Amino acid sequence: MVSTTAPTVSPPVEAARGLPRWLRLVRAWPLLPMLILVPLILVALCADVIAPYDPIQPVPGAKIYAPPFWMPGGSMHALLGTDFQGRDILSRLLFGARVSLIVGVMGTLVAGSLGAALGILAGYLGGWVDQVIMRVTDAWLALPALVFAIFLATMLGPSMWNIIIILGLVYWTRYARVIRGEVLSLREREFVKLAEIAGARRWRVIRRHILPNVLNTTMILASLTIGVVIIAEASLSFLGVGVPPPQPAWGSMLAEARSTLMAGKWWLTVWPGLCILLVVLATQLFGDWLRVRLDPQLRNL
Amino acid sequence: MGQFIIRRTCYSIITLFILSLTIFTVVRLTGDPVTLMAEPGVRPEDLARIRTQWGLDRPWPVQYLSFVKNIFTGELGKSFNYRMPVSELYFQRLPNSLELAFAATLVSLLIGVPAGLISAVRVNSWWDNLGKVVALLGLAIPGFWLGLVLILVFAVWLGWLPTSGQGDWRHLIMPAVALGWYFAAALLRLTRSSMLEVLRSEYIKLARLKGLPEYVVIAMHGFKNALVPVFTLAGINLVVMVNAAVIIEVIFAWPGIGRLLFEGIFQRDFPLVQGVTVLAGIMIVVVNLIVDILYAYIDPRIRLTK
Repeated sequence: MVSTTAPTVSPPVEAARGLPRWLRLVRAWPLLPMLILVPLILVALCADVIAPYDPIQPVPGAKIYAPPFWMPGGSMHALLGTDFQGRDILSRLLFGARVSLIVGVMGTLVAGSLGAALGILAGYLGGWVDQVIMRVTDAWLALPALVFAIFLATMLGPSMWNIIIILGLVYWTRYARVIRGEVLSLREREFVKLAEIAGARRWRVIRRHILPNVLNTTMILASLTIGVVIIAEASLSFLGVGVPPPQPAWGSMLAEARSTLMAGKWWLTVWPGLCILLVVLATQLFGDWLRVRLDPQLRNL
Repeated sequence: MGQFIIRRTCYSIITLFILSLTIFTVVRLTGDPVTLMAEPGVRPEDLARIRTQWGLDRPWPVQYLSFVKNIFTGELGKSFNYRMPVSELYFQRLPNSLELAFAATLVSLLIGVPAGLISAVRVNSWWDNLGKVVALLGLAIPGFWLGLVLILVFAVWLGWLPTSGQGDWRHLIMPAVALGWYFAAALLRLTRSSMLEVLRSEYIKLARLKGLPEYVVIAMHGFKNALVPVFTLAGINLVVMVNAAVIIEVIFAWPGIGRLLFEGIFQRDFPLVQGVTVLAGIMIVVVNLIVDILYAYIDPRIRLTK
């Protein structure tokens, strides 16, 4: 636990400092979300190695609609059952995790950087730039996110990278509005005024003084929207305008399961949904933790 | 007040203008809508004929003007598949969507408000923690998956409720719960924080100092005032639910606006998708405008500071 190099007589704070920096950081991290997120990220990265079968080819010799292994008719070959083509559900879930995480992270990244950039420009430059950006933000916020995403997906056509761009385009407005507000108050602060008086160019002020101060807010917003983006991707895939089959995505697995729901083939519906539930729950908990950690003012909310 | 209404209305008109311009541009930037609509392997002459028929061979500004004219005349173009004006289809489906949205709003209020109230009155208690779990699950459980699980349990296994379609109140229960679930969590959080804010205020302290019984303080003085933002959110949610209940309506075969949009996607009926999107935007902008004006009317601080 405690580093051996710590001096014999030292206050407890010093002992804690003796730990490597990364270990201290890990120890401060929230347990529950990490217990879900870390294995999930590993699984998504190593899906090729871990998955027992090819996710888009039927399991050789397996029945279609085989139930999970503990039910009559199930086998140890396909632990969580097989789908309508006899494909292994576990393997599809593992590869689906990759799609969900890529879309969740990349979509949030696109939305966050676009929103933060436009929010900073609007807040710092003010004037007509502000007016134009904020009116566009208002207009784009007026559409329900899912309807707007469906509209864009219908026009752009389905593919994973299109979905990332679409979700980025749908969700940047939330960042822009919050960050513009922050920048408006930062602009009046003395360190910004002084930098301007000292003759710093606008670009330098934005880069050195504004951007570092809105990063916390951006990170908090990002951690709270990853889950929303993952659900949005699942919704689009469910409707058939998301990640196209046969690529396994949790949303399209749910869509394929619909036709056999009435026949009581519950495993096709339950597993992908539970996966979405766990991931979103973990990102939400992580976001809440991050919010409390980065912004002490919010702790009472 | 008059000035506030005028300024706020102008903003809404600008918003609608940008909205229409966005939708118009996206449709034309992302490729030829005609090739999107046409079946694979269609002859070039047919493509050209459809293009002329839809006025897509005219210059963009002319097309935009006729697009806006279509919005103002309330026609929004003809659905490719139904061969009917989109607005007619939309308003045909509107009552069904309203029925579902009202039921879902009721569900979300019945779950969210009492739970939020108990959480606020008993802060950091066992009840409050339960409320936090519900709020978290509200975000984490996708509504459409909840719908599928409800079908599995109550229709397939127990056989208590019909699986889908529209009919008596029993058809309404599952879609209303699945749709209202997410919004219940949002209302719970809002009720809790709004109630906490009210309970901290001076007039609550006064009511307690006067020696009023605690339930009178909470019910008559606290709850009543905490409800204003809650009902505003419920109202805005209602409009969102009318337009955005796409998946729930698909799962439960509910003949509403969301399902219309879904049919539009499936049949590559781009005027339908475009029209429903525009109408959803218009409806929400108008409701936001009304809410803002009502708020300014109730609370003079809003109209004076903006």
